[in-house]
Amino acid sequence: MERVVDPLAKKPSILHSQSETIGFLIMVLVLVVAPFVTYPLFLMQAMCFALFACAFNLLIGYVGLLSFGHALYFGWASYLSAYSAKAWGFPPELAILTGTATAAICGLVAGSLAIRRQGIYFAMITLALAQMMYFFALQAKFTGGEDGIQAVPRGYLFGIFDLKNVMTMYVVVLIIFILGFAFIYRIIHSPFGEVLKAIRENETRAISLGYKTDRYKLVAFVLSATLAGVAGATKAIVLQLASLTDVNWPMSGEVVLMTLVGGLGTIFGPVVGAFVILVMQFKLAPIGEWVLVIQGAIFVACVLLFRRGIIGEIANKLRIRL
Amino acid sequence: MFEIFGIPSTALFGQLLIGLINGSFYALLSLGLAVIFGMLNIINFSHGAQYMMGAFAAYLILQYSGLGYWPALIIAPILVGITGILVERFFLQWLYKLDHLYGLLLTFGLALIFEGVARNYFGSAGLPYTVPESLRGGQNLGFMFLPNYRAWVVAASLVVCFGTWFVIERTRLGAYLRAATENPTLVRAFGINVPRMITLTYGFGVALAAFAGVMAAPIYNVSPQMGAELIIVVFAVVVIGGMGSILGAIITGFGLGVVEGLTKVFFPEASNTVIFVIMAIVLLVRPAGLFGRRA
Amino acid sequence: MRRFMGLAALAAVLACSGANAQQVNVKIGVLSDMSSLYADIGGPGSVAAAKMAIADFTKDHPNVKVEIVSGDHQNKPDIGTQIANQWYDVDKVDMIIDVPNSGVALAVSQVAANKNKVFIVSGAAASDITGPKCNANTIHWTYDTWMLANGTGTAIVKTGGDTWFFLTSDYAFGHALERDTMAAVEKAGGKVLGKVRHPINTNDFSSFLLQAQSSKAKVIGLANAGGDTINSIKQAAEFGIVKGGQSLAGLLVFASDVAALGLPTAQGLILTETWYWDMNDANRAWTKRWQQERQGKWPTMIHAGVYAGITHYLKTAVALKGNLSDGKAVVAQMKSMPTEDQLFGKGTIRPDGRKTHPAYLLEVKKPSDSKYPGDFYNVRATIPADQAFRPLKEGNCPLVSG
Repeated sequence: MERVVDPLAKKPSILHSQSETIGFLIMVLVLVVAPFVTYPLFLMQAMCFALFACAFNLLIGYVGLLSFGHALYFGWASYLSAYSAKAWGFPPELAILTGTATAAICGLVAGSLAIRRQGIYFAMITLALAQMMYFFALQAKFTGGEDGIQAVPRGYLFGIFDLKNVMTMYVVVLIIFILGFAFIYRIIHSPFGEVLKAIRENETRAISLGYKTDRYKLVAFVLSATLAGVAGATKAIVLQLASLTDVNWPMSGEVVLMTLVGGLGTIFGPVVGAFVILVMQFKLAPIGEWVLVIQGAIFVACVLLFRRGIIGEIANKLRIRL
Repeated sequence: MFEIFGIPSTALFGQLLIGLINGSFYALLSLGLAVIFGMLNIINFSHGAQYMMGAFAAYLILQYSGLGYWPALIIAPILVGITGILVERFFLQWLYKLDHLYGLLLTFGLALIFEGVARNYFGSAGLPYTVPESLRGGQNLGFMFLPNYRAWVVAASLVVCFGTWFVIERTRLGAYLRAATENPTLVRAFGINVPRMITLTYGFGVALAAFAGVMAAPIYNVSPQMGAELIIVVFAVVVIGGMGSILGAIITGFGLGVVEGLTKVFFPEASNTVIFVIMAIVLLVRPAGLFGRRA
Repeated sequence: MRRFMGLAALAAVLACSGANAQQVNVKIGVLSDMSSLYADIGGPGSVAAAKMAIADFTKDHPNVKVEIVSGDHQNKPDIGTQIANQWYDVDKVDMIIDVPNSGVALAVSQVAANKNKVFIVSGAAASDITGPKCNANTIHWTYDTWMLANGTGTAIVKTGGDTWFFLTSDYAFGHALERDTMAAVEKAGGKVLGKVRHPINTNDFSSFLLQAQSSKAKVIGLANAGGDTINSIKQAAEFGIVKGGQSLAGLLVFASDVAALGLPTAQGLILTETWYWDMNDANRAWTKRWQQERQGKWPTMIHAGVYAGITHYLKTAVALKGNLSDGKAVVAQMKSMPTEDQLFGKGTIRPDGRKTHPAYLLEVKKPSDSKYPGDFYNVRATIPADQAFRPLKEGNCPLVSG
């Protein structure tokens, strides 16, 4: 019997590897230099959101699943990280791990419920679950309700590095971001990632080839939730607070916006999108009244005209992979 | 008077009736959503904003022309329906060939725009609008005091809901609409202007939302965020009822109103999560919804 | 900026041998909710009030130069923290004021303590700001939940409303309001007949109002805020609650909410505020000026608080000869100086940061009694400053010994 060549196994082309590597180097360079020109606290927050958006993009861009309730993982990781650092006195690395673990568990539970359905139903289940957890957060004592958890201590990383020092904190966040980003990159450019892309293109065909697609989708979902959790847990330490904003559905909408603006299905898109949206939020703060309208207009413009997003358009014009 | 689980029966019946009244709002709103999704395959996330626009239109009509509630019931839906037609022509028609998640994102963006503009011009506290003279006061039914206005809401919703259902499921126009959704090319071959039907259907769905808005204006706070608060619950209703089914939306709307009402009596803190819990369960057990077509 | 000011002050002292007052440079940030729920009670109106305070002060003190910036925290503690950090660190803002939304206010209060700058809360309500979460860099102006609960609760019981039923928003703020008001009511000799908790952002209150109606309590206390309060009141009117003889006590209601409801619906509502535009000629004149920037709107006590807070801060800046680098020292100075301005009259700031002034029990007028737009309230009672706010010893503020 002839052995059928697995059409999904192919060597990554040299070309897209190169452009992505160059892009990665540029990104790292910018982030290393940036704190000397821009306000570091803002950059740290932006990196957390960029990681969040990258985690979200893993699901929508590479598996084709729109999760409309991703704030669940981001927010609850943020809460647990803040609470463990403040009330239980965890050092920052343990606090972040606690938050991440929380997000992973939530992702596992939510994912196993939601994966059973596709498309719009999948999105609606994730939204419903996120709303339920929002109401839970609203009423639970430990989350501080409307006030949130405040005055979270930065602590000493591994007992040595004083995170109250801005530059030390910055280096830590930068490392976390790059590790998270690299991890996502590795997932995408791996046989596992190729199967995910196959599921996105044509799930029935993937099933007929013998892949247990539900299992792949669940793993991707949990990975995405976990990485969103890393972002949320880190953010809680950086800004030293966790609040209801982090679990509310506008936050889920914002991460969709960031990914859309940056470019769905591109590796750098979410990073750029996160920075763009955050800069907008702060630059517009003085004329705050139009924030909502402008966000809406960007959504509309992106869906109609710039469906590929910023990075997507650039990549398309230059015919490279970004 | 007897007690059920510690609640006097008079209170229980009162709450059931109120649940039915609320259900009629849910039914009216989810009807518009169901029509749009069923006929057009578009998830209209701006439905809440259009509901809000209906209420605002009623307020503005009163401010600028002095016309009160009754004319507003007709004029406001028409005005907002026209904006719906414009939205369809300028924005939505480009998205039919794409995954219907793009329609969701686009209408979500539009909802933000509508809400933001309303907030900038009118502030967020809300605008005053009162119950019309002819419907003030109420009847003492013994087990509760029923405001006349609420009775009117139930009656009007039932009429509009079943009227719409009848038109879509039992008339020729409705048959054309349903056929056009399934096979537009064939229907066009029969000489029917399908794009225009789609545009008008969207406009009609939006007008339904606006109609609900006008009905809400006298009793709920007329504020820019009134739609955002409601839209997710209405989505849950539509998903439970079945996203293509008109009858499903109507019956589920009323049913969930009753369930919510009962929850408010026995376990009030959970009354805003109960609908989501039900939605999650239904989605797992019957993904197409209680009355829905194949997903 | 700081060094320049110090040098300038030094030069001025040397050059002018104390005959002239030296240049005082101040930078103030108005951080508020410009675009969402609290935009009407704070928002651009706070910026307008701030500008008025600066204009009035610098008219009499030409040696004082004040720069003002404003920002929108969008009710998100993240954004509020980010802006506060940036303002204090990079933009050299000396003092931040307003911040409606207790969550954001608590966060900014932390930032002010970390950076040793000054923060004056006009907009937020949490009495924790001068309680367990107090610090030496924060001052709480205008109002807080304890004052609202106590003012309304006690005063209503004294005027005959001695049986209560609570409609409470089911989260920390609602619970706190309910708890404080219940305590005040019972202390004044009243009785609480029952309560029901509703989820936040509830649209429909009919079932809760039914329960309130059947309790036959004389007063229905609304321990909720914003849209929930407005909906409760609107629907209470529909169910004929006030007509049926029960009265509504709004525990957190602003003039803008009353405007949103309209007098026919809101008439008879009882509430407590610390400032009302129509109480005296000074307030009326101030309001007229304020409305030039904010046409068609009515100023709330929060806007008045911004005006008064800035006025007192600027007085302090002059007293300290412009040396504003140590926030704790500035706040200590503010607490040592009695306050006086055209809106709140005379008052003091306590060691825990609480600014005290009289509170007023107000009742919404019947439409027939309202003679002109904005004529919302009858003043039912005045609560003197030393009784209006929580006693100093009961707050658990770490700054207060014993």
